[in-house]
Amino acid sequence: MSDTATSARDLPVPARGQSLRFYGIWVIAAIVLIVLPLLFSSGSSLTSFSLIGIAIIFALSYNILLGQTGLLSFGHAVYYGLGGFAAIHVMNAVTAYDWPIPLPFIPLVGGLGGLCFAAVIGWVMTKRAGTVFAMISLGIGELVASSSLILRSVFGGESGITTDRTALPHMFGWSFGPQIQVYYLIAAWVMISAIAMYALTRTPLGRISNAVRDNPERVEFIGYDPHVVRYLASCFAGLFAGVAGGLTAINFEIANSAYLGAVQSGLVLFATFIGGTSYFFGPILGAILVTYLQLGLTNLTTVWQLYFGIIFIGIVMFAPGGIAGLLMMHRPLVRSGTLGMVIPSYLLALVPTLVLVCGVILGIETIAHYTESQGQGNVIALFGIPFDATAASTWIIAAVMIVGGYAVARITWRRIVDAWDRATTDARDRGHLA
Amino acid sequence: MLELIVISTLNGVLFGMLLFLLSSGLTVIFSMMGVLNFAHASFYMLGAFFGYQLTRWIGFWPALVIAPLLVGAIGMAVERYGLRNTHKHGHVAELLLTFGLAFAIEEIVSMIWGKSPMDYRVPQALDFSAFTIFSTNYPAYKMFMLAVSVLIFIALLIVLKRTRVGLIVQAALTHPSMVAHLGHNVGRVFMLVFGVGCALAGVAGVIAGPALVTQSDMAGLLGPILFVVIVFGGLGSLPGAFIASLVIGLVQTFAVALNGSLASLFGPLDPSFNATVLADIWNVTIAQIAPILPYVLLVLILIFRPMGLMGARET
Repeated sequence: MSDTATSARDLPVPARGQSLRFYGIWVIAAIVLIVLPLLFSSGSSLTSFSLIGIAIIFALSYNILLGQTGLLSFGHAVYYGLGGFAAIHVMNAVTAYDWPIPLPFIPLVGGLGGLCFAAVIGWVMTKRAGTVFAMISLGIGELVASSSLILRSVFGGESGITTDRTALPHMFGWSFGPQIQVYYLIAAWVMISAIAMYALTRTPLGRISNAVRDNPERVEFIGYDPHVVRYLASCFAGLFAGVAGGLTAINFEIANSAYLGAVQSGLVLFATFIGGTSYFFGPILGAILVTYLQLGLTNLTTVWQLYFGIIFIGIVMFAPGGIAGLLMMHRPLVRSGTLGMVIPSYLLALVPTLVLVCGVILGIETIAHYTESQGQGNVIALFGIPFDATAASTWIIAAVMIVGGYAVARITWRRIVDAWDRATTDARDRGHLA
Repeated sequence: MLELIVISTLNGVLFGMLLFLLSSGLTVIFSMMGVLNFAHASFYMLGAFFGYQLTRWIGFWPALVIAPLLVGAIGMAVERYGLRNTHKHGHVAELLLTFGLAFAIEEIVSMIWGKSPMDYRVPQALDFSAFTIFSTNYPAYKMFMLAVSVLIFIALLIVLKRTRVGLIVQAALTHPSMVAHLGHNVGRVFMLVFGVGCALAGVAGVIAGPALVTQSDMAGLLGPILFVVIVFGGLGSLPGAFIASLVIGLVQTFAVALNGSLASLFGPLDPSFNATVLADIWNVTIAQIAPILPYVLLVLILIFRPMGLMGARET
């Protein structure tokens, strides 16, 4: 994780052209957010965009801990959930007492809720880093999730607490009843939060967080307390996770104890890590992919969570930089023009790898259908081809695809490594790789 | 009252010993390899499901031997082909790998066996009451569980204290790099220790399966408590893990058995406080807060003794 986009190397003030490009990215992002619902205006795509937006804020907030400060948390959903509950209660209070707080400011309340909890519990949690922190965060997560079922008056027990977002004071004449208006509210908060969190990585605090991640001992020698730095980082992470929770509360008009639970904490970890923790845009990619897969796969297969697990294990083992890391690995090759040297080996490896992947999918689906149907005839339609889960031929096809695909794919993977070595050597010769 | 104390103590010690079967493996693995095996409870679950399946095919007694061996073999494969390759990416990556594994194992188990509880019964030979105490029949199977856990505990103690392998493991607990420098095949030792740790979890699964519920969420329920145990006892300390296992086992069992609440102690709360947080706290029984007690203990120990009961090593 040492080679980050936010490392001190590129700190010097960028040239005029670069700063134009830098602001250009944000402007393009804003335009995309505005235009998306115009292109895909169906109800389901609006719902998906809203969920993806929330997931982006949540994953970015998680990356303040994991990517920036090196703290692996298994209980990040606590801030998210408590932010959601804070938002719900304030929304109900606004309706009941006629406070003049319009809906667009409610996510801020959620953020404050997350921040307050992080400020209280964070000091104990961040005493230690590394594995101990991971376990403590897991314990605190379980503690809060279990307590939420006991404190029924605050958390509403199993059913949760509901609200009506349209009952709040309107703003710009928007009632926030239709999903499109909620989408734009979420999009606005995505922009605000993303810019704020990016700015945070550029502050002295963001820099010293990186230092705490890489070498806490040296940080102590230059006069900073790593504990304080970790504490501040977790406060900011709690703040933005709370914003995401507040937006969820607005989106669904309900908050329940599932928001606080281990599943939610696991999903944000998946999204962030699959996207890549070393780059600011990594968690954004991860949030988009994981939310999209989650929405898409649930319709296709009953065992979608298993695919998540497998993708995650694959990323951890073979590409710990995540998708962003994989993409950025190619940047020096693109700059030096040697990318063409690796493309053929990629294409060559694509076929056996796809066969392997299809074999694994067929195997998993066959087992899933076989056990679900208790051995009775069951037909799976995979990529339009029907397979009978009980037929021996299906099992044999899956086995052959897995074993054969793996055997051939291994050879092609080695070719990729060779081609990669040649390309990077060339790139280094041309001075594009440090 | 006395009946409750005796029965709860027995059950508590039993649960504690089960926890120790799991936490001992977890502690040894953590001390030697620096890996916190997030999937440890999943291996326990695999033990229970393998035990169930093998019991149906070939009977309980062969299952008691074969299932842990299978789980141990899976554990060794995980170490050899997963963790060893991930090691170069650091401890966080290893922890994440086992986290993904725990997730995948739970999904695979619920894919194959479904999400509902299994009909994993106590074997016929042990399905009678061992003794009657204050009009309560205490099942023989629980005594059998206790006996197995104590036997394994003693065996583990002898192996660790009296054999050469145990000597290496013990040395690796405190001075892992020194052991490597002395020329032991650290890779193989790691693989064996990981396999044995997982096999112990498998044994715990096979014997706990019939007594507790064999279901695909059993790993998710027990896993976090396991981590509380090893943090509470002090990371890397076997005696600490032992004490913490018993403490957590007893606390949980007693809490479940007690039905008192603040309301029953001090009388009902003024009705004007109804539907407030205070009323929730006032009326909740100790049995209801039993699931959160381990985590409360965790927070308390972190505040007052951050290295755990017997822990000495900073991580």
